[in-house]
Amino acid sequence: MSDTAPFRPFAAGTQPPLDHAAYGSTHLRHPKRALRPLAQTVSETTGPHFTPALFPEIGDLTKQAKGEPLGERIIVAGRVTDEDGRPIPNTMVEVWQANAAGRYAHPRDTHDAPADPNFPGEGRVFTDAQGHYRFVTIKPGAYPWRNHHNAWRPVHIHFSLFGTGFAQRLITQMYFSGDPLLALDPIYHGIADAGARDRLVSRFDLDITEPEWALGYRFDIVLRGRGATPFEEAH
Amino acid sequence: MPAATASQTIGPYWHLIEHKEWADLTRFGAEGERIEVTGRITDGAGDAVVDAAVEIWQASPPADERFPGYGRSATDSDGRFRFVTLKPEAVPGNGNQTQAPHLSVVLLARGLMTALRTRVYFQGEALNETDPLLSSIEDPAERATLIAKPIGAGAWNLDIRLQGAGETVFLEV
Ligand SMILES: [Fe+2]
Repeated sequence: MSDTAPFRPFAAGTQPPLDHAAYGSTHLRHPKRALRPLAQTVSETTGPHFTPALFPEIGDLTKQAKGEPLGERIIVAGRVTDEDGRPIPNTMVEVWQANAAGRYAHPRDTHDAPADPNFPGEGRVFTDAQGHYRFVTIKPGAYPWRNHHNAWRPVHIHFSLFGTGFAQRLITQMYFSGDPLLALDPIYHGIADAGARDRLVSRFDLDITEPEWALGYRFDIVLRGRGATPFEEAH
Repeated sequence: MPAATASQTIGPYWHLIEHKEWADLTRFGAEGERIEVTGRITDGAGDAVVDAAVEIWQASPPADERFPGYGRSATDSDGRFRFVTLKPEAVPGNGNQTQAPHLSVVLLARGLMTALRTRVYFQGEALNETDPLLSSIEDPAERATLIAKPIGAGAWNLDIRLQGAGETVFLEV
């Protein structure tokens, strides 16, 4: 597969729409005109290449201040592949999250929950040659968000990925299994396909867990594949 | 194999990963024609979008150790973003087509469940007339939403309207 082959369209129902009535902030921010289809060119099939030399890793979010942040230490790890199962090596993964009390180290976060001076909440890691990544953090807290009466975001960690071409750029959120707030969250339920929703939910993993130290969660990420699928005519 | 992982909004607190210097693509010492690219983002009510992440990627000039080709700018309290970069040159299109100089843009914000994608072209480029994307847009007003105007020496501006009158042309990539 050429590294400039165009990326495939997304499978139906697996990506959320821009216009989603249940999520209030979409009302004035979604375009009214249909998106204009663009045949991918080098501007879409190529993309930035980051290195730890210029973009240093922040692999342990609990070690970014003088003291230890409060909360439950956890390990999050997984693999980044494309839709053909090929690993995406040496790609940058950015993460950010609220502290254990559900508050971000952000001036606009006014949630009445304690700030944690020992938790800035930013991470940045690179995948290895087989596409594996791993970082250490604390489990974030749920927080209210005023979208509707008594609205609370499920516990989540924000993820940012680049892949090998700008058309693969992905911003998403990782959730935790068993969170009762998932059933009530319009952002999570903006994804029509139940399987695609479920794949945003990380799983407890005893192999990632480290004895006497921290629970481990697995979250695998799939970026768009290049070229035609075996079931599709080449174009 | 599973389909690609679903997108979710970047939310209002993405500034935890903001590094203001990323908006200057010349910070590693790249040499060439330096330009400033600015714009203001407004929503369907005409209000400033103050919490967006604007990202650019350019295939020209080619990225190397001194030129990342990629930048990220937050919008400020007036909805404005600002990049410093090198002026792109023409890049190949598909087949034997040539694309006019442009920046690829990804817009991320609270309220955007997936990234919005658009482009920034530059007014006055002869290749704009034959660019495959620009020339496919019949309405001149729509086409103009993709073309930055000069506002000073080496300074270009293109405002982005998410919704309503003057809505920017957004792309399905
Ligand atoms: Fe969040």
